[in-house]
Amino acid sequence: MKAGAAVVLFVSAILIAGCNGAQSALNAEGAAAVQLKHLIIGIVVVCSVVWALVMVVLVLALLRARTPRESPSSESERRMGKLVTAAVAATVVIIAGLTIASFYATRGLGMSEDATLAIKVRGQQWWWQFIYDDVDPAKSFQTANEMHIPVGVDIRIELESSDVIHSFWVPSLAGKRDLIPGRQNVITIRAERPGVYRGQCAEFCGLQHSHMALFVIAENMAAYQRWAAAQRASSVSSADPEATAGKALFMRKPCAACHTIRGTEASGSTGPDLTHVGSRQTIAAGLLDNTRGSLAAWIADPQTLKPGNNMPMVPLSSDELRQLSAYMESLK
Amino acid sequence: MTNDNKPAQPTDLMFGDDELERRLAQTWRTPAGVWGALTTVDHKIIGRRYIVTAFVFLALGGLLALAMRLQLAQPEARFIGPDRYNQIFTMHGSNMMFLFAVPVMEAMAVYLVPLMVGTRNIAFPRLNAFSYWIYLAGGLLLWISFALDTAPDVGWFAYVPLSGPQYGAGKRADLWAQMITFTEVAALAVAVEIVVTVFKQRAPGMSLDRIPLFVWSMLVTAFLVIMAMPAIMLASSTLILDRLVGTHFYNPAEGGDALLWQHLFWFFGHPEVYIIFLPAVGMVSTIIATFSRRPVFGYLPLVMALIATGILAFGLWVHHMFVVGLPKLGESFFTASSMAIAIPAGIQIFCWLATLWGGQPVLKTPMLFVLGFIVTFVIGGLTGVMVASVPFDTQVHDTYFVVAHFHYVLVGGAVFPLLGAIYYWFPKISGRMMSETLGRWAFALIFAGFNLTFFPMHILGLEGMPRRIYTYQPEMPWAGMNMFVSFSALILSLGFLVFFVDVIRSTRSGQIAGENPWGASTLEWATSSPPPCFNFRRIPVVGARDPLWSQPDELTVAGGLRTDRRELIVSSVVEAQPEASESSPRNSIWPLLAALATTVMLIWSIFSPWAVIWGSIPIGITLTGWFWPKQTPEDES
Repeated sequence: MKAGAAVVLFVSAILIAGCNGAQSALNAEGAAAVQLKHLIIGIVVVCSVVWALVMVVLVLALLRARTPRESPSSESERRMGKLVTAAVAATVVIIAGLTIASFYATRGLGMSEDATLAIKVRGQQWWWQFIYDDVDPAKSFQTANEMHIPVGVDIRIELESSDVIHSFWVPSLAGKRDLIPGRQNVITIRAERPGVYRGQCAEFCGLQHSHMALFVIAENMAAYQRWAAAQRASSVSSADPEATAGKALFMRKPCAACHTIRGTEASGSTGPDLTHVGSRQTIAAGLLDNTRGSLAAWIADPQTLKPGNNMPMVPLSSDELRQLSAYMESLK
Repeated sequence: MTNDNKPAQPTDLMFGDDELERRLAQTWRTPAGVWGALTTVDHKIIGRRYIVTAFVFLALGGLLALAMRLQLAQPEARFIGPDRYNQIFTMHGSNMMFLFAVPVMEAMAVYLVPLMVGTRNIAFPRLNAFSYWIYLAGGLLLWISFALDTAPDVGWFAYVPLSGPQYGAGKRADLWAQMITFTEVAALAVAVEIVVTVFKQRAPGMSLDRIPLFVWSMLVTAFLVIMAMPAIMLASSTLILDRLVGTHFYNPAEGGDALLWQHLFWFFGHPEVYIIFLPAVGMVSTIIATFSRRPVFGYLPLVMALIATGILAFGLWVHHMFVVGLPKLGESFFTASSMAIAIPAGIQIFCWLATLWGGQPVLKTPMLFVLGFIVTFVIGGLTGVMVASVPFDTQVHDTYFVVAHFHYVLVGGAVFPLLGAIYYWFPKISGRMMSETLGRWAFALIFAGFNLTFFPMHILGLEGMPRRIYTYQPEMPWAGMNMFVSFSALILSLGFLVFFVDVIRSTRSGQIAGENPWGASTLEWATSSPPPCFNFRRIPVVGARDPLWSQPDELTVAGGLRTDRRELIVSSVVEAQPEASESSPRNSIWPLLAALATTVMLIWSIFSPWAVIWGSIPIGITLTGWFWPKQTPEDES
């Protein structure tokens, strides 16, 4: 039957989808996301059954009509009245059940009081700024579009926006939460297993809303601490002459006005912090893999790759372009 | 009803049928030609005009949807750039909600309600004419701005600060906000007309418990419009103030609040869904009864469900804001209230199923659309229950799951019944039947195309595809399904093409319909098709809920209305006892002039706040002309 087939199709499609790669609510790898996945599947199954029952009644009503029969009597009307009342009562029970299940799931997702680590997330048009604050300002650092976290512990994510509303969503780890100018929202995430979890801005935020991805890289505590220590360090100058020339160029050209590279005089704050840009996997909020070629392409013409973004095109010769991208790549 | 019967005041009691028709036509007619078209206040002409305009906007909005599907069929496609894409999806949403869905439902009511309650014209017919012109002006404003590549690009709910002065450059967001004002003024006008027509102009004997269900649904809808629309007018006006004169309603840096916008918008935006859906419910009840050959089962529960839905509609707006970080207690309340609306929806579905069960369903095209409605709307309702759950919603909010959900509710829940209603009432409006063959093709293509297009979007959403993205990257696992969806959208549009072809073909050469081709029970079928300018030769007297079924041979009629001036019966609210005869205004050019003056003021006010002051003067002049007594017989009363 068509109705039953559709339900089976829907449920199986969802289960298949669950096996897919990153950025899926059904590919749950975080404590919150696993709970949500159970809730989603539970509600979907209940609702599919309800729909199938309604369809069965509908089909039977239509089939029944083909047989001629007496005009509606008050007896049959009364019987239908009872059935309708029973169906409404069943609806009330199901709705109440789903509401309670929803409340129960919400309680399970409560805020963790003793998070190991707090990370401040600032949404910007159209990239993510991740700030790892420390009581000792010398130990604070920031990165862009790539967040490293240790596995198995609660992480407190503090959400702010510096321009319009964005939404922080890494479906494999947790549900989404908006970043609203003038407010701070907080959520807790926790990855149970090491991995790279993709996320994406989920609230329409303008021209490049489509290209505002982020990655949460969950690793064991030791690896995380190695990473954090490396990020805390200032940038080190490379011995490579091309990169050295690129560094001088960076300071001379408008680049330094917008970007910070700790350990140099570049301290602009409009664009992403580039102190360790060479250590990131992608550039331009997940748009391109981080290779020397894509760095050069991005610097040469950011507006073609990501129309409307806030990085202007700076005219450069091909030598200059090579030097600058070598410098960027050297910032491990 | 009239005080005396002086020879100078001829009434319908004095003439035979033919002579009476001649005299009524003389009094009520709309002159032919351009002048007649611009001055008419006949609810049928205005209603037809409104319906046709709304369907033109539907077709245009559908073309925008196809453009989006073309862009999304492949990852990183370069068919449409981000700026144009943002304009397109903003236009698609705003156009479908404000220029198609709400107006078309009100338009159906403008045409049908006066006929269904047995009166000669809608209440405040000049306001009705004004409403259409204002609506047309708002629609043209939006589409001309799109043609000039300066259309709004901030989404149909225009969240601040993206739509605010700092991030929304140019006049795009202002155009959106003023378009809202145009369409809301038009909608409010019609809502007031419907409330008054239903409360005070019903045929004698049509007590509250005999009102046809479509009329009930439009009455509840009209109250929803009256209570919800002021919120959006407040929101769009404060947005314009922020943008034009530098107020800070929505600027957090100056003590404003970005979330205030969302509360105001959704306090309107959620009832808006029911403003679109409830009329469709009325259409379904009407069509099911006619084609099941029996009165609808559970008239009283259905009316109660309409009213309950209307009331609950105002208590759910926060479920659009479950991820903005509100207090838990508030979220729980709105989860419960959003879930609760499934109960009246359930009552309606069960009553319709019972009607089918206890009747002899005839599967003509209108009925097919209603069956398609039940299949798809139940899915939309159930996904509505899903997103009512806060934790569930945190995963699917702003994804394609929600896109799928609201298209199931709005297309499955409202457009399917509307198409059924067009097939159903087309014979009344045009005097000709639509083609049953083409109708079946249109239904099959639209039903299949719709489900193939929108069902996969549920899965795309769960797989993490956010809405409102102009493209996605090849490494995401969405490309195959997007291609499938885009292809299915072609099937869906082919269905609409067949529908439009059928409408045009049938208008010219459809089979002649006769008074009551479906054997329906309500009063609009008790007059010729199309109805004469005066609707009914004599005003029917209603003695039952299904007057044409309980008095199949001849309706009782009331007499005593004057024929030398436009007169209709005013009746009591509950029992519909005739209370008085009231004159109804003549044709006039002033509503058009007033609408033009209002248009100038509203568009001018996008550019200068002084427009509100100087622009009010021509409006004042046109309104004076509108209400100036002209010594016509109608002025006597």
